[in-house]
Amino acid sequence: MSAKRGRWLGLYSWLLLAYLLVPIVGMIFFSFNDVLAGRPTVTFEWNGATLRWYRELTNVVGLPEAFWLSIRLALASMVAATVIGTLLALALVRYEGKRFRGRTAIDQTLFMNIAAPEIVMGASLLGLFASYHVARGFLTLLLSHTVFSIAYVTVTVRARLQGFDRHLEEAAGDLGATPLTTFRLVTLPMIMPGVLAGAMMAFALSLDDFVVSNFVSGTTLPFPVWVYGASRMGVPPQVFVFGTIIFLLGFAGAIASLAMSRRAVKSV
Amino acid sequence: MTTENRSSTIRLNRVTKSFGDVTAVDDLSLEIREGEFLSLLGPSGCGKTTTLRMLGGFEEPTSGSIYFGDVDVTHVPPHRRDVNTVFQSYALFPHMSVADNIAFGLRRKGMSKWDAAGTVADMLTLVDLEGRGDRKPTQLSGGQQQRVALARSLVNHPKLLLLDEPMSALDAKLRKTMQIELKRIQTQVGITFLYVTHDQEEAMTMSDRIVVMNHGRIEGSGSPREVYEHPATEFVATFLGASNLLAGTLETATGEFDVTRHAYGSFRSPRHRTPAGLSGSVKVGVRPEKMALQPAGSPVADSDNSLAGTVIVSTFTGVGNQYLVAAPHGEQFVVYAQNSGQAFAPRSGEDVVMTWPVEHTFVVQPSKAVPAEGDSDD
Repeated sequence: MSAKRGRWLGLYSWLLLAYLLVPIVGMIFFSFNDVLAGRPTVTFEWNGATLRWYRELTNVVGLPEAFWLSIRLALASMVAATVIGTLLALALVRYEGKRFRGRTAIDQTLFMNIAAPEIVMGASLLGLFASYHVARGFLTLLLSHTVFSIAYVTVTVRARLQGFDRHLEEAAGDLGATPLTTFRLVTLPMIMPGVLAGAMMAFALSLDDFVVSNFVSGTTLPFPVWVYGASRMGVPPQVFVFGTIIFLLGFAGAIASLAMSRRAVKSV
Repeated sequence: MTTENRSSTIRLNRVTKSFGDVTAVDDLSLEIREGEFLSLLGPSGCGKTTTLRMLGGFEEPTSGSIYFGDVDVTHVPPHRRDVNTVFQSYALFPHMSVADNIAFGLRRKGMSKWDAAGTVADMLTLVDLEGRGDRKPTQLSGGQQQRVALARSLVNHPKLLLLDEPMSALDAKLRKTMQIELKRIQTQVGITFLYVTHDQEEAMTMSDRIVVMNHGRIEGSGSPREVYEHPATEFVATFLGASNLLAGTLETATGEFDVTRHAYGSFRSPRHRTPAGLSGSVKVGVRPEKMALQPAGSPVADSDNSLAGTVIVSTFTGVGNQYLVAAPHGEQFVVYAQNSGQAFAPRSGEDVVMTWPVEHTFVVQPSKAVPAEGDSDD
């Protein structure tokens, strides 16, 4: 009976995998699809294989710029959100009572930040920037992306901190390490898996954000907003190539993270 | 007193530590002499760990001060104190190798990794872990981890080494071995050890001096023998070993003996075995192994105290016989007789006379409540 159940479980797993992978595999597959006539746009009729879109990757006006903007934006907001989010997690776990008034309020805000519909946040950010006459562009995008990423970093790092033995930091101090050295040599290495996971999440959130970006981007278009704009006239096949590149980058990141956590498990 | 002597002594001067409404350490004064193995012994919650943490700099006293020699270190943070700690959980850095753990303190003093390596190897030899330097702490057994924690602290040659119940995670057999090992290492390196424990046997085995604590105060201190033979309070008498105690009224008689009147008459005890300033309501006592049993009605030597009773339980333990004897009003006494082949071995139900030399009789101040020996940290 258990063999039979095992077979059904196997089938279910494969179906689920297929369901998750079909859109991605489809995108990669059709990034090699030729276009026979007219203005090149994505079609889902197979016209024969070509590497043309890979060769002409930068030929579409505005698309490479949008892609690089998104990468820079994702990196910058990742760094900002990771630093702020990690420090916030440390504060939330370490301090309470008189030393940290408003701790509960911050905790609730973080939750709301994750739970609130993005469209609400986007609209309110637009209102905020508009009423203070902040020109929309890279700065407003960076501020917005950092804001919605902080909560995710904090939650991830906090989970890692909860099982942390405070005696380790006391031991470092006991052995002559200043508080800063203790953080650098003991605390940070110990919570690093959480920090990296939070950073990767922040990067991914920024890279594919459309809703908030659409509100606060002005004429500076990140990749998802550019693609949305282009879709009204037909999406150029290069979008699939960029999509494939992003997927491969993410895939490599996931593999690297897995390998690192395997190593960490072995050594800890 | 010479200046050299002063500069190496560690003093707690009227130190109090409160956490909210709870007073963990209550007006405690203590001197720790250079090179001694001092144990803070007491049940959980007695303030011994808080005292250790104040010496380490992890807690600041609510009032009072701490001196290392002539220097007031009361508000000096841990990383600027010449003190190292062996934590109960060992607190080894899990992401560093054993060698890097041990080198941590040396590296903070600016020693290069290369220079530290030799010293680290010496330490590994001292704690019997040669060649284990490149392991991760989790790859070692509990006993080995404990020795790494010890090496990591000792390598810095601190003025004072604090040990916070470091053996509580070890099994009984390993604990015995480590006790001897720890004493050997302490003698070899000559560093002052302050050892916190609730285990009286551990404290007795290793210490030059024992300080017994209860409710944040010192109840008694001295060499293991002094504290055992001359307990200052009822608490010390019962926490450190077993004692038979009887409530009574102290009368200072002429001559070299004190007399305590109690429900059955009176006991004599040597004057020097009564703590100074004690009078009125006291408890008079004797250790179980100092007592002997005689058949009821047999004559009692002039140099002995005696009390009639009935054997309730008789237990043969191999090395001896342990008797539980009830006095007429119901108080129970434990009498321990060594198995040295002597004839009189009463059965339960038999009437006997308990006798013991006057010189082994002591008088203590009654304690309000005597908590049972705890087995956790405080």
